[in-house]
Amino acid sequence: MKDFSETRSDMMLDDIIVCPQCDAVYRMKKPEHGERASCQRCHKVLIAPRRNAGLHIIAVSLAVLFLIIGAAVFPFLTIDAAGNKNAVSILDAALAFSGGPMIVLSLATAALIIFVPLLRVMLTLYVLVPLVLDQPAGRYAIPAFRLSEALRPWSMAEIFAIGCAVALVKVSDLAQVGFGPAFWMFGILVVLVIAQDSFMCKWSVWHRLEHPKTS
Amino acid sequence: MGTKVCDRCGHKLRSRHPMSLQTVWAFWLMGLICYIPANTYPMLRTQTLFQVDESTIIAGAVEIAHHGSYGIAAIILFASVVIPLAKFWAVAYLAVSVKNPTRVSNQRRQLLYEVVEYIGRWSMIDIFVVAILSALVQLNTLATINPGMASIFFALSVIFTMLSAQAFDSRLIWDVQAKSGGSDAA
Repeated sequence: MKDFSETRSDMMLDDIIVCPQCDAVYRMKKPEHGERASCQRCHKVLIAPRRNAGLHIIAVSLAVLFLIIGAAVFPFLTIDAAGNKNAVSILDAALAFSGGPMIVLSLATAALIIFVPLLRVMLTLYVLVPLVLDQPAGRYAIPAFRLSEALRPWSMAEIFAIGCAVALVKVSDLAQVGFGPAFWMFGILVVLVIAQDSFMCKWSVWHRLEHPKTS
Repeated sequence: MGTKVCDRCGHKLRSRHPMSLQTVWAFWLMGLICYIPANTYPMLRTQTLFQVDESTIIAGAVEIAHHGSYGIAAIILFASVVIPLAKFWAVAYLAVSVKNPTRVSNQRRQLLYEVVEYIGRWSMIDIFVVAILSALVQLNTLATINPGMASIFFALSVIFTMLSAQAFDSRLIWDVQAKSGGSDAA
């Protein structure tokens, strides 16, 4: 990234890590695979490298990508009450708020449960695939990774899954409810999304983006 | 250090956002304002064979309790009333505590902040339940459920509280300690 020779202060900056949560400053010592470095003051995990984490994340991301597409399209829940049947997909659920100002809510729901998770997966793949293959990083890898991290709290697939459980309890005395294939896809998806987030060590990714050759 | 932009990600560098607390309070107030109509307007409009039933969040929970499901009623009340109110209190308390001396330790307040940030997103569950119910229960004349006006305000309230919690710079908690000459910065 730097097109000038490294001065003394740059050398020092590389050795220092600052806790993003409480601003405590530490001299860096890279933990081994499987170890983790955390802030002594506020206990935030700073670095947690894992062996082959990149490969695992890519595998999980690909699975998530297909599952999101599948879960969005296939019927998700079916309902049956006295001969009246109805099957809905996740897109139907997201677009349930129709008419007037409710359309905004529809779009927001669709974004939170489908498009933001989808975007995050694609950004993750775009950033990580070249790194794992030891290729030069994509041209927009840096803004892409930053966007992906900024979107993290807005990706609400797992919350939607719990919402399904609550809705089922509410409807179950009114009608017979069945699960479509998408329901199970979504269940797996939630587990994978959580796994993906726990594999990811932000520091390692940034480090690799900056120093493609080392580590 | 004279560096204005992060070498690594290109983000603008600022030691502390000068407007951090103002932003927190602005979003906090918006969230609180939206929370009022979220409780006064109906959340769900249930149409069964003979009657149309519009219930607010609290009325809905009370009704479920009358049917005997005290557990579910408690969960609904907890998720849509207790947690949002606790969140408003917690963010306000954190924002006040970085300006004024407080007896609660930094670790405790950091924990409180993490809990608020973590739980904030989960309030959207109400909106998702309404979305699923309204999409699913469309059984012609037998029963239909449609979302009420409260859902949009509730969603806005959740989003504004999330933004408010995100705008809060957790390092402000520890700055108080640095100023008062705390020595346990390991």
